[in-house]
Amino acid sequence: MISLENVSLAYKGRTGPVLALDGTSLNVGRGEFAAVVGPSGCGKSTLMKLVTGLVMPTTGSVSVADAPVRGPVKLAGMAFQNANLLPWRTVTENILLPLEIVEPYRSRFRASKGDYIARVEELLATVGLAGFGDRFPWELSGGMQQRASLCRSLIHEPALLMLDEPFAALDAFTREELWCVLRDVWQRLKFTVVLVTHDLREAAFLADTVHVMSARPGRVIESRDVSFPRPRDLDVCYEKSFTDLVHQLRNKIAEVRKAEPRKAEAAKA
Amino acid sequence: MSAKIEAPKLEVLAPWLFTIGLFVMWEFICRVFNVSSIILPAPSEIFAALVKFWWPMLKNSFVTLWTTLAGFLLAVAFGLFLGLVVGWSRTIYRGLYPVLIGFNSIPKVAVVPILVLWFGIGEVPAILTAFLISFFPIVVNVATGLATIEPELEDVLRALGASKLDVMRKVGIPRAMPYFFGSLKVAITLAFVGTVVSETIASNAGLGFLMSQAGTNFQMPLVFAGLIALAVEGIGMYAVTAWLEQRMTGWAFRAQGSAGA
Repeated sequence: MISLENVSLAYKGRTGPVLALDGTSLNVGRGEFAAVVGPSGCGKSTLMKLVTGLVMPTTGSVSVADAPVRGPVKLAGMAFQNANLLPWRTVTENILLPLEIVEPYRSRFRASKGDYIARVEELLATVGLAGFGDRFPWELSGGMQQRASLCRSLIHEPALLMLDEPFAALDAFTREELWCVLRDVWQRLKFTVVLVTHDLREAAFLADTVHVMSARPGRVIESRDVSFPRPRDLDVCYEKSFTDLVHQLRNKIAEVRKAEPRKAEAAKA
Repeated sequence: MSAKIEAPKLEVLAPWLFTIGLFVMWEFICRVFNVSSIILPAPSEIFAALVKFWWPMLKNSFVTLWTTLAGFLLAVAFGLFLGLVVGWSRTIYRGLYPVLIGFNSIPKVAVVPILVLWFGIGEVPAILTAFLISFFPIVVNVATGLATIEPELEDVLRALGASKLDVMRKVGIPRAMPYFFGSLKVAITLAFVGTVVSETIASNAGLGFLMSQAGTNFQMPLVFAGLIALAVEGIGMYAVTAWLEQRMTGWAFRAQGSAGA
């Protein structure tokens, strides 16, 4: 589904060009749940922008759905750490937004609005927000806003879901709850997911493969298959094999951080 | 007694109490220090002049009001349009901004003679001065609203294949509306300034004209009556735009209120 071949990306910084990614290769299969972890400032978010075609690589090639990426890919749903809901729209109207933009929904929007709203309500129910469609975003808690944001990224049934630390700003309980929401939706619809995260437990619990990135300039230095059977229960987080995996990932990241501590700190600042 | 008035009630009454207090103090100072009415007429004299000259006051107030509103509406239409254009593209923003700043720095008093030369004495220069002085804050605010779209939100939309026009229609313009309606409050008061400046310099009607006439005849109470009429019109129009802002973009106020919670 996604393939990055030897991709580098440099952008203009204040003190000359900054190399964000250097010779990164990454493959994600159709329907696969991939997680990308790494020290902060390693270019994880840049990776997201590359895959969705919002930026073009300096060298190397990016292809999504067997076609080289030349512009915004038009089939991706995205969610970020901030829910970014539009405050002048109700939750339902916010979630309808992608349908107002993406074809073929767009041209049918006025005629099928009723169906679409029913679809939004269905989706809201699956994330535990049933009955909140008429509220405005500012009437919801952070966790509820993030659920709505997740719905917005899924309403047009994208083939590709890009998540950039979507649960980072939530409390531990809400986060685990939303892991399960995401797990269930993914299990049902089987789209491709790229999840960028700092949280190694999150990566290990949700993903099929975990890719570890080095400090800046970022590069995928290790890819680990996560073989826990599905459907996974939260209890898997307390098994020894799970904690071992998290521990190993943790050590790997500590290693790359130690290798270039100054660079990593500079990138952070 | 006053302690029994509830806090919210007091808040509603406060503007009236302060205004009345101001006039009472003014009257008091004029009487105690025996200030000549040529220097500073007492409020009682001003109100007497208001009553005595009620018809010219009303007629000229109306002229000032409609010319101001005409200039203001022109400024709204043009400012909104230019703001959207400027906020749309960085290149246009870069190119146009110095010109706009330069234009805004010109004292509009200096432009009035040119307008009179072009359009003759009358309402047209007043309308145009009101327009010229009040469109700038609207342009700047609308452009700012458009330019400060959250980058993540733009990414979300662009990753869906949204065009620039889509992003503007779905996010940029609604988002700029609180800025726009906020700027109207500034623009309407400026528009009054523009009208009166023009009326004072070259006109045969309006509060500015009335005041300059009264001034040359040393009818100071009437001059001050004109000032009060202007203040009343200004407050009234400000209230209208503030109400409009609340009504059209109430979500912005509520969103801010709940962000702290």
